[in-house]
Amino acid sequence: MRLLDFLKGERKKSASVAKERLQIIVAHQRGHRGQPDYMPMLEQELLAVIRRYVKVDQDAINISLDSDNDCSVLELNVTLPNEGEAAKS
Amino acid sequence: MAKIIVVTSGKGGVGKTTSAAAIATGLALRGNKTVVIDFDVGLRNLDLIMGCERRVVYDLVNVIQGEAGLKQAMIRDKRSENLHILPASQTRDKDALTLEGVEKVLMDLSEEFDYIICDSPAGIERGAQLALYFADEAVVVTNPEVSSVRDSDRILGLLSSKSRRAEQGREPIKEHLLVTRYNPNRVDDGDMLNLDDIREILAIDLVGLIPESEAVLRASNQGVPVIHDDKSDAGQAYADTVSRLMGEDVPLRFQSVQKRGLIARMFGGGGRR
Ligand SMILES: Nc1ncnc2c1ncn2[C@@H]1O[C@H](COP(=O)(O)OP(=O)(O)OP(=O)(O)O)[C@@H](O)[C@H]1O
Ligand SMILES: [Mg+2]
Repeated sequence: MRLLDFLKGERKKSASVAKERLQIIVAHQRGHRGQPDYMPMLEQELLAVIRRYVKVDQDAINISLDSDNDCSVLELNVTLPNEGEAAKS
Repeated sequence: MAKIIVVTSGKGGVGKTTSAAAIATGLALRGNKTVVIDFDVGLRNLDLIMGCERRVVYDLVNVIQGEAGLKQAMIRDKRSENLHILPASQTRDKDALTLEGVEKVLMDLSEEFDYIICDSPAGIERGAQLALYFADEAVVVTNPEVSSVRDSDRILGLLSSKSRRAEQGREPIKEHLLVTRYNPNRVDDGDMLNLDDIREILAIDLVGLIPESEAVLRASNQGVPVIHDDKSDAGQAYADTVSRLMGEDVPLRFQSVQKRGLIARMFGGGGRR
């Protein structure tokens, strides 16, 4: 099979596309594991506020909560569009 | 004390009930006192797969609501005296189950049985959460398909955060991957996720590999769990799974195509069946 595909210059098999997509999805899901239940809501609401001012994508926001012994840090990352696109909105 | 094993998946229709019935039957055939509970309230199926639908009188909800005793509600399997079935209600909705009620039932059963198998409903809502909450081990049923794998990962998240073991900070639920409806032909063609990819993505121990098999439909038509069909590939694969659940080390079968074409034989080497 493999050799034949190679000789034919076969397109990428659907199973390997599936695998790549799943690796990304699962990494994302696991990043959210063990976080407080309010995090998805918080993320959505923060996104809504930011969108009132800047046009950003659904997945342009990333929040996480890191806890050390006696302090917790809420980290918020927003990827802003470049100047030209932002001005339009 | 019984070992409580939940058969769960997130996604619907992947083979939970088929697997719960086969595993419970297999454990009983190996001499373990086993009870299998249908948690799919409102949509019971296990009684059909076990072939005892005409003997259902009371169900899990009746027991929890105090309308019947456990002894009255449990059905003894016709083929194995070690095996009992506790059916779900056909008429009530999922809210009829309470955490305290489920706990009481499981505690009572624990005294008498070696294994308690919980057949979870689909989804990640209340019904599924109740089915897994008290588990010691989980069999995560997964098909080689993107949505099934993603949902299995969500269930793994629940097992590690929303279970009693997690909440009490005890040793975590032991998670087992059971891949079902595997079709080695399609894997070879590159159109189905292969076993190693699924294992790599979910990163939990494999307890079994069940091929896509005609024997499964035949078994459910007859109301005889497929593990009784010991000539069939699926029956044998479930028997291997039961051995592994009991801690035995048995080699993996049914991973590759049984009959191989000339070219595959020339380039692929000898495959296991
Ligand atoms: N290995 C297999 N080969 C062929 N068909 C299978 C296999 N496993 C399950 N099936 C079929 O898939 C269908 C769904 O199986 P089953 O009822 O066990 O899934 P389930 O996960 O319990 O579904 P639900 O989420 O609705 O409770 C059934 O028709 C069954 O016969
Ligand atoms: Mg089912």
